[in-house]
Amino acid sequence: MAVYDRNFGIYQGERTPTWSRFLIIPRFAYQEVFQSRLFVAFLGFCFLLPFAGLLIIYLHHNLAALSFINVPLDRVQEVLPINATFFRRGLEFQGFLCFVLSLMVGPALISPDLRNNGLPLYLSRPFSRTEYVLGKAAVLALLMSAITWVPGLLLFFFQSYLDGASWMGKNLEIGTAIFFGSWIWIAVLSLLSLAVSAWVKWKPVARISLLILFYVPWGFAQVLNATQDTWWGFLVALWPTMTTVWTRLFGLPLEAANYNGNPMPLGAAWFALIACCLISLALLSRRIRAYEVVR
Amino acid sequence: MTADSSQPVIELQGLEVKFGGRPILKGLNASLTGRCIGLLGPNGAGKTTLLHTLLGFHPPSAGTARIFGKDIQTGAKEIRGLMGYMPENDAFIAGMSGIRFVRLMGELSGLPSEQALERSHEALFYVGLGEARYRKVDTYSLGMKQMAKLAQALVHGPRLIFLDEPTNGLDPAARERMLKLVRDIRDEGKVNIILSSHLLRDVEDCCEEVLVLKDGRVATYCNLQAEREANRKFLQLEVRGGDEAAFTAAVEALGCEMAVDGKQRFKLVLPEGVEIRELYRVAAERQVQIRRLDSKRDSLQDIFLKAMETEVAGHGRV
Repeated sequence: MAVYDRNFGIYQGERTPTWSRFLIIPRFAYQEVFQSRLFVAFLGFCFLLPFAGLLIIYLHHNLAALSFINVPLDRVQEVLPINATFFRRGLEFQGFLCFVLSLMVGPALISPDLRNNGLPLYLSRPFSRTEYVLGKAAVLALLMSAITWVPGLLLFFFQSYLDGASWMGKNLEIGTAIFFGSWIWIAVLSLLSLAVSAWVKWKPVARISLLILFYVPWGFAQVLNATQDTWWGFLVALWPTMTTVWTRLFGLPLEAANYNGNPMPLGAAWFALIACCLISLALLSRRIRAYEVVR
Repeated sequence: MTADSSQPVIELQGLEVKFGGRPILKGLNASLTGRCIGLLGPNGAGKTTLLHTLLGFHPPSAGTARIFGKDIQTGAKEIRGLMGYMPENDAFIAGMSGIRFVRLMGELSGLPSEQALERSHEALFYVGLGEARYRKVDTYSLGMKQMAKLAQALVHGPRLIFLDEPTNGLDPAARERMLKLVRDIRDEGKVNIILSSHLLRDVEDCCEEVLVLKDGRVATYCNLQAEREANRKFLQLEVRGGDEAAFTAAVEALGCEMAVDGKQRFKLVLPEGVEIRELYRVAAERQVQIRRLDSKRDSLQDIFLKAMETEVAGHGRV
């Protein structure tokens, strides 16, 4: 119908499949997210480390380059080690960038919808609360995937390609750790950011709240653990908890998590992460409603 | 109920909704088939709660409701696919232009991307926002936001549209434009409309059927279309002096339907073949002075006020 006809008709054409509709939200959100030059610059920065990793792996296998920079071939594994620690450190750095990314994007995801009564518009369509949360989480999850497990696995496959299938077979644990370790962190950060965005309407305050949730319990944990000679403090600190899980996923000893004092048991770390996700989900469930019922 | 024997648009069967144990909707029963159905009632009567319940925002605590024969609880998603909803309050997605906002809403309703874009342009032109469609919704005036809300409710071509107080906060010109759009949509004959309002004129202008709610119950049902078609006119009389009782008896003897409408005031319908001069003759014979005689139609206002005055029944219409 031409616009000048100005009449109204029922739509009886094809409809998109219901399962894929949550992906509409990230598609529309990215158009706004990428309008920020600061964000685009930051995203570019996020690919520096994977690129450096790519160069290191290339150097590791390039005899001419090694001799050019005077690295003896028998000591190459010491100078440029490509092992579980190499990949874990890379994931840790990218994981921290994920947190910065969630600070930039997360607070603007739900709060504007709540502020402008946008939720009834979403939820009056064949679109559920779960799909809404899934769509909003996908905005963060896709961006975080692009800087964690996607480049991580590319590096892993590049190393496997250069070192041969036997290296891949022996180090399959690294590949799975990159994939699952990234997704665990993505899930925790996405849910936490969404929960904060749902409860704190003002973006700057939501960013400060996220920073507080990240750093204050961590500081508290350090003090508690140092004074009481325990690991219990880490239960409330996200970052040490996550690095503990990553360390074990990469098959490294818990002492390699690089924290002074007692290492946190793996079970406790899982418990803390799952609890964080469940609390975030409960907060979202309480808030994501078409209308608040005043009892 | 209209004479139309087609499937009811909305059926309510003992519908109850409670918030925190407090009953808000109390056993609503109704079957509505009109093209444009009005939900009328004072503030707090339960109009918006009823709309929200039909949209699946609040679960019924008892009873059920059906839209086009589909249960609102078991077929919620399917039903929402057939509906468009224009909320009462300001509602938009911040930071988006009008066209992107309406397109997003179209895509969420299941339209493929290109179709959604095309229909968004059409919907925005239809509601009169064609020139402003690339402006951010946040910068729209209140009237424009109302129109944008209407556009997002229309974009996916629903079979049923819920309009919750569509003329809220509009100036007279914008209000008239909104009502004209509602009438246009109604007259196209492709869509059913549920119009919730506390403004009698809005409902009277647009609706064929009216369900009046009071205190969470159906206070009354009125088929405006049937009333208009019957075109029944009433006479309002104000009399003084003489033998009033004898006068009313004589008027009734003429075959008039008569009701006392206050002290020395009567409301009556003349039967076929009885002229007004008969009333004057009867009055003169009984020395009653007719001080005032108005001919009027029973307006929605009368029906509404009557419903508000009387104690509500468990269900109004059926």
